[in-house]
Amino acid sequence: MLEHYISLLTKAVFVENILLAYFLGMCSFLAISKKVDTSIGLGLAVTFVLTITSPANWAIHHYFLEKGALAWAGFPDVDLSFLNFIVFIAVIAAMVQLVEMILDRFSPTLHHNLGIFLPLIAVNCSILGGALFLVERDYNFLESTVFGFGAGLGWFLAIISMAAIRYRLRYSNVPAKLRGLGITMLLTGLLSMAFRAFSGIDL
Amino acid sequence: MALLSKKSQRALNDPLMNNNPITLQVLGICSALAITVKMDTAVVMTLAVVAVLSVSNTIISILRNLIPSKVRIIVQLAIIASLVILTDEILKAYLYDISKQLTVFVGLIITNCIVMGRAEAFAMQNTPVKSFWDGLGNGLGYGMILILVSFFRELLGSGSVFGFQVIPDSFYAAGYENMGLMVLSPGAFIILGLIVWVQRIVAKIEEE
Repeated sequence: MLEHYISLLTKAVFVENILLAYFLGMCSFLAISKKVDTSIGLGLAVTFVLTITSPANWAIHHYFLEKGALAWAGFPDVDLSFLNFIVFIAVIAAMVQLVEMILDRFSPTLHHNLGIFLPLIAVNCSILGGALFLVERDYNFLESTVFGFGAGLGWFLAIISMAAIRYRLRYSNVPAKLRGLGITMLLTGLLSMAFRAFSGIDL
Repeated sequence: MALLSKKSQRALNDPLMNNNPITLQVLGICSALAITVKMDTAVVMTLAVVAVLSVSNTIISILRNLIPSKVRIIVQLAIIASLVILTDEILKAYLYDISKQLTVFVGLIITNCIVMGRAEAFAMQNTPVKSFWDGLGNGLGYGMILILVSFFRELLGSGSVFGFQVIPDSFYAAGYENMGLMVLSPGAFIILGLIVWVQRIVAKIEEE
């Protein structure tokens, strides 16, 4: 049983990396990966929020929105799954707000470090993508928690590696028109190829 | 084009080349790459984004004086999310196979930075008509890159265009092989990187 979760985790982190294999969260990835320390901040925040929102969204989908989910309330035929998108985005925005308030109360230092990144995360595609994937793949509660954590960790890994590469890039002579977005995309391609090497691993 | 005023024309044309949402504003790359393995999915995705973007821009622009500025992000998200739900239901009803292939990426139009970005940057300050053309222009500029990327990926990766084989069998017999890399995710990054490069040379744009 444990093996199943370990395999799910490695898959989410390496093989099906949410950024390098599914292209989610590219906007903030491209904008933030210029500096290593801000990348670490955003990476931590994404991991944190994904780990919390994935099980929350799972619970809401499972107990309220899925076809037949409202059977406990006496409506066995109701199918509200078309509301998924709007409810998930509301849950994510609310959770981000909540996390921000809790952090502010209990850990001001962490809040100070993550503070500016938290609002950005509400519109980071990887969070909504994570929620939609767990519905698509029919995960259970524990699986979605593990998947959320793994996906966040994968995103974190990808952004810090990219920030480190871009840091070294300052000393190299890139063709003028390729600077910025162009070279970053090509490098992401190479990084993504490197992560592909993990796809043979099957636990 | 005589039907359009100068300003509307500019709102429509600008995003196609000089201010392309993907290659220059660097918005909406998330979904731009995942669905570009085949051309038909890219075209359907383009249509979906153009529809959502132009309608959401128009609606937000009509409501721009009624939305309190403190809660505007939530209101914008609610409008966009409702439009995306509509689009998703229409795709499921009429193009079921393609909507299955697009999986979660239709839903992700909600968090596509272009839609929010244009609502915030353009529709909140401009008239509905101009906002409509701006949405259409940005949607098409986005779709142009999407279709270009998918064209190269499908041609090099599967040897076909829109599902029709264009590379003759005699090529394969002579030892030509499809590039497996193009079908996988690295292919999308590399193709887009090259397109950005070429586009910046053609449009003569300097990075800071």
